[in-house]
Amino acid sequence: MSTVAKRVVIDGKGVHYTPLNQQIRKAVKDGAEEIVISNVLGQRFIGDGLRGNATIHVYGVPGGDLAIFMSGPTIIVHGNAEHAPGNTMDAGKVVIHGNAGDAVAHSMRGGKVFVRGDIGYRGGIHMKQYEAQCPILVVGGSAQTFLGEYMAGGLLIVLGLNGPVRARDIGSGIHGGEIVIRGDVDAACLATGARKVPLADEDRRRIAPVIREFAGDFGLDPEPLVNAEYTRIIPASARPFVGKYTWE
Amino acid sequence: MDRKRRTMDGSGIRQALSMMNERGSGEGAGYVAYGIYPDYRDCYALHVFFDNIRENKKVVDATLEQWGTIEHDEAIPTYDQPNLRAVHTPWRYFFKPDPSLALPGSATPEDEIVSALVMRVNAARCGALIVSSGKNLGVFKAGGWPEDVADFYRIEDYEGYTWLAHNRYPTNTPGWWGGAHPFNLLGWSVVHNGEITSYGTNRRYIESFGYTCTMFTDTEVVAYLIDLLMRRHGLDVDLAVRALAPPFWEEIDRMPEAEQEWNRALRLTYASAMMNGPFAIVAADADTMVGFTDRSKLRPMVVGECADRLYISSEEAAIRAMEPRVESITMPAAGEPVIGRVAP
Repeated sequence: MSTVAKRVVIDGKGVHYTPLNQQIRKAVKDGAEEIVISNVLGQRFIGDGLRGNATIHVYGVPGGDLAIFMSGPTIIVHGNAEHAPGNTMDAGKVVIHGNAGDAVAHSMRGGKVFVRGDIGYRGGIHMKQYEAQCPILVVGGSAQTFLGEYMAGGLLIVLGLNGPVRARDIGSGIHGGEIVIRGDVDAACLATGARKVPLADEDRRRIAPVIREFAGDFGLDPEPLVNAEYTRIIPASARPFVGKYTWE
Repeated sequence: MDRKRRTMDGSGIRQALSMMNERGSGEGAGYVAYGIYPDYRDCYALHVFFDNIRENKKVVDATLEQWGTIEHDEAIPTYDQPNLRAVHTPWRYFFKPDPSLALPGSATPEDEIVSALVMRVNAARCGALIVSSGKNLGVFKAGGWPEDVADFYRIEDYEGYTWLAHNRYPTNTPGWWGGAHPFNLLGWSVVHNGEITSYGTNRRYIESFGYTCTMFTDTEVVAYLIDLLMRRHGLDVDLAVRALAPPFWEEIDRMPEAEQEWNRALRLTYASAMMNGPFAIVAADADTMVGFTDRSKLRPMVVGECADRLYISSEEAAIRAMEPRVESITMPAAGEPVIGRVAP
């Protein structure tokens, strides 16, 4: 592999994730701007802790914890992803053209995860934010139950483009951040500690660039989405379980 | 599962299982295949682990001869693997029980004899452990990584139309051959990812019906609960799953009245059979395969379909490894059973 190569192609067929990640790291170190990994099937931890600003195209179905601890690069998955893509991700972007499994954006602390299709249970579990770090998860399809569980920060948007959003117990234990769902959300679908409020104009201005970016990545018409009705779900308190386990 | 009973050799599921080695610890793996013993289809195929073949086998031989006829028995062919220590000798019997020896009034006298024999032999701890006891099926398991266990039994030499396979990462109980999945009793076999935190309650309940837990791990009770609910109580598979993983009371409250009534009745009747804790379970018998998760969806389950084939797995990659042309991939909702039935 030449050090001047800007585009690197890696065949992932039958390669364990450790040598696969070593090849990705080497390519990034050697200055690759675009990395294409073909024949990916089930390899976990792709892009683990990776820094820089390369763009990585993944063809196939990557395994769990895609982009875990990643800080900077962009990973585009041309297929489905399994559990917890964006786990504890720090910065950068993950774009998934298919569906994703449970615990998407688990403990994410910065950057963006965009999923065109549906996600499983516990999407955005324990996302968090600190000063300038504010993670963003946008789901094009539906999300399942326990969406935003124990959420401590960040922005989670569900567009419900594939039919109604099936999530119940939304925001169970949420104590920071916000969940924005297109359309109305039945109050019975909210969990302990969550409450819904109208999406104010200033909120819409804030999320509009995110929705436009999402629409751009997936070739969708952004304006109907920007102007749609949304429900905003926020923490009812900073300590939703005070008194549940201990008495003060 | 192939719904038309077209058989697959074991190499495909070996490959699929090896995709998820990260989920195991090398302390137990196993396979069960349906349709592998057509020449002995009318016999109960008993797979037994002997600690010491010379001492322990005669005890089992005598017990079986007392309760029926051994049509044939032989060592299960095994092939030494560098990373697998053969601490037991796997053996198989093709056994016909004598139904006249069962208690009068039983609807399934032969099944009663065989299940009682399994419980008796396993509880006696006489250096023999019966790990599968159904007709035209067999469990092949051991302490080791999935590929080593598959190669130990040369699993590709078997042709089955339904296969279950499991890679174990023991967390709360020791890793040993008997603790590897699948667990089987008569026709039903079970593989499970998770922990049955209600094990104590479930075990007391199942032991009150004459089952004895001998495998030192939670999943064993699931096999016996399914045998109780389906064979002895005659529940359909969807009702049995609903009894084991019932809807939450709040969900029942939201149902139409007629549905509420039978759901309440089922949940109250089988309160002690209800399983708590995180789980994704796949169970199968000769005609059925069913997968279901706990009601909070604390474990993953992916379903794939391709023509007559139904696949249920913890990960999509495993399904694609076995069936690259898979036509649909879905993730069922918590507690929602996925049921495959072979064509009659």
